[in-house]
Amino acid sequence: MSRRTAASVLAAAAAAAVLAGCTSTAPPKEEVAGQGGPIVVKAADTACDVSVKEAPAGTISFAVTNTGSKVTEFYLYATGDRIMGEVENIGPGLTRNLIVEVPDGGTYTTACKPGMVGDGIRDAFTVTGNAQRSVDQNTRLAEATAGYKRYVNSQIDALVPKTQEFADAVKAGDVAKAKALFPVSRTYWERIEPVAESFSDIDPKVDGRDDGEPGVPFTGYHRLEKDLWESGLQPDSAAMADALVADMKDLQARVATLELTPVQLANGAKELLDEVATGKITGEEDRYSHTDLWDFKANVEGSQAAVAALRPVIDEKDKALGPQLDERFAAVDALLEQYRAGDGFTLYTELTEDDKKKMTDAVDALSEPISQVAAVVTS
Amino acid sequence: MTDTGQTERTVPPSPPTDEAGGGPGGGGGGFSRRALFGLAGAGVAVAGGAAALGYVAGSSAAEPARPGVVPFRGVHQAGIATPAQDRLHFVALDLTTTDRVAVARLLGRWTGAAERMTQGRETAENGAVGGNPLAPPADTGEALGLPASSLTITVGFGGSFFDKLGLQDQRPPALADLPPFAGDNLDPARSGGDLCIQACADDPQVAVHAVRNMVRAGFGTTSVRWSQLGFGRTSSTSTAQATPRNLFGFKDGTNNLKAEEPDLLDQHVWVQPGDGPEWMTGGSYLVARRIRMHIETWDRTSLQEQEQIVGRSKGEGNPLGKASEFDQADLAARGPDGTPLVPADAHIRLASAETLNGVRILRRGYNFVDGTDGRGRLDAGLFFIAFVRDPQTQFVPMQRALAQQDPMMEYLQHTGSAMFACPPGLDGSDYWGSALLA
Repeated sequence: MSRRTAASVLAAAAAAAVLAGCTSTAPPKEEVAGQGGPIVVKAADTACDVSVKEAPAGTISFAVTNTGSKVTEFYLYATGDRIMGEVENIGPGLTRNLIVEVPDGGTYTTACKPGMVGDGIRDAFTVTGNAQRSVDQNTRLAEATAGYKRYVNSQIDALVPKTQEFADAVKAGDVAKAKALFPVSRTYWERIEPVAESFSDIDPKVDGRDDGEPGVPFTGYHRLEKDLWESGLQPDSAAMADALVADMKDLQARVATLELTPVQLANGAKELLDEVATGKITGEEDRYSHTDLWDFKANVEGSQAAVAALRPVIDEKDKALGPQLDERFAAVDALLEQYRAGDGFTLYTELTEDDKKKMTDAVDALSEPISQVAAVVTS
Repeated sequence: MTDTGQTERTVPPSPPTDEAGGGPGGGGGGFSRRALFGLAGAGVAVAGGAAALGYVAGSSAAEPARPGVVPFRGVHQAGIATPAQDRLHFVALDLTTTDRVAVARLLGRWTGAAERMTQGRETAENGAVGGNPLAPPADTGEALGLPASSLTITVGFGGSFFDKLGLQDQRPPALADLPPFAGDNLDPARSGGDLCIQACADDPQVAVHAVRNMVRAGFGTTSVRWSQLGFGRTSSTSTAQATPRNLFGFKDGTNNLKAEEPDLLDQHVWVQPGDGPEWMTGGSYLVARRIRMHIETWDRTSLQEQEQIVGRSKGEGNPLGKASEFDQADLAARGPDGTPLVPADAHIRLASAETLNGVRILRRGYNFVDGTDGRGRLDAGLFFIAFVRDPQTQFVPMQRALAQQDPMMEYLQHTGSAMFACPPGLDGSDYWGSALLA
């Protein structure tokens, strides 16, 4: 397994995931908020200097300059790590702008993520005014589904080129590069797996496993995984790689017209953790590469994104549930961080029974409150 | 007689507030899983016996004794001196938190759900199918339509419970870790635990349902360490019960302490005032040992040798030299050749009160078969459970004598071990451990 850093891999993807915000590559202006210019953020390797810690509700602009040596990204989070805006993939010395719409006053969090991993360097950020913005539940639910839809689109927009890159490495016979890209490209897939699975014809082609059932073709990620790790590249590996890319483009086109409901978001958050419990902690998902913890992490991130989108509704209905979810997501994240190896993770085959027990406990603890979300947001 | 009985109370429990909400729990009210009257079967017989023996002494007119329902609240926890049911699901759990408040909340949720389940109800009102269709059912549902089935749920705390919660000063000295015994081959994955739940019932599905729902309520606070199913009781805890047989084919527990012997229970089973921390008074210590039997080699042993090892006949169960099962063994009696009729190393001699300076225990174990061991041999034996007032002075000397001298040890091996302090019965608004954690 290659230990190539995820940062360089991600940088190569050059796929900026834009969520609630918009980005531009306009040159920075040395102005501060209140004078009409963007808030200046100096993102170094060990510091995240935000020039102003407060802004009025409405459109807020940040100009993020990477003063460090690692590729970085910048986030504005609401409660529960709901992403209000995000700008990724800022190379050293570059400046990118983030324009984000923040309708509600309250306490938010800024974060720079040098190396584009981990929780980042965080600080509180206050948005003033409009604290009592009153909207009905339907509006909040619509905002939740719209916000999550942006998340899904951002993941697919990264998934397609990343899968292309993986496929290109397979077709070039560059096994080492393909192996390094395999868990990285799967990350974007795994984050939105329930959405992808809702297209029942795509999922078996892309993510099916080798069950040995006669007449069922074995294609997609896991077929290429088997080729790369076990049987060596086959005469049809290149065709498999092309088909995988084609299926991802098909997915992208279909997701564009997908309508999601709040219950689907909530159930998707639960299903992602079910995936972890039944496929990743058991080592069944990536049985040749043993990169299951990459998928584990991605499933949890995807689940958290769906819950975060619903967070304003959750907070309105059940004050205790959101903080409990925060605490248990944090526990899972902290546990997974113990298994980081470079920018990736320990291989499944290196885990002890005790490791797997701890992971099971943490996922069970999180899954129980997650399973209540659908009923809470629709109550 | 009545002072050993469980005093039934009708006050609903008031567990600590469960801020997280949404989980199973809550006492009182609700529908029974089915009408509880007019049932046929073992439950009626057992509960009939219990009623006759005073287990429901003091029950109020508002809630008369119901067939197949063992009262949940009382002076002592049910599932100890109440008549042993035929099915067991035992689970040992570890805490995944050191937050005492979270643990107290869970014990409150458990108490509410358990009280309902022992009455044949769902864990929460409308728990299985009557709730929000978009929420997972609060009750898992597999006991819908089944009667209470004499379900008892007994909870205990292991020594590590006190260490994890910073309650070392409340850990009873009697709960000191058991010493190693000769021949032990203990698997850490089948030993120990911060808490235990012993669920016994006439119907295995009812016992499994109880444990499953309590385990589920515990996610985030507890996680299962190990569990054991038992399919046939191996001892009687009431004179109303016939003596069952263990997997060696012998009647087991003939000489057990019985519910009808309240003075002996006070002497040997129930923790008395001054024995240790006050919160344990009225409780009892549970010692669990998973004893794997080498079934195949035992089955090749002659009848005579089997009987000499046990010290009883296999058919009637009489002590050797006596005529019937309940005759007192005469350990001094010798045959014409001068050898003891009950051999010097017979199991019943080594385990007898006479040999052990008056030590007695309340046995409540179960046969188990966990399939086969991969080499074609039954993975089977006795899941030994004993309740004692002080394991250090009762179980330890008994097991030491057996481990060192009992020829039966050739046919068995202890593969798991655990000990738990089971608090006293629950009064009105108590939850399990409320005197310890409040």
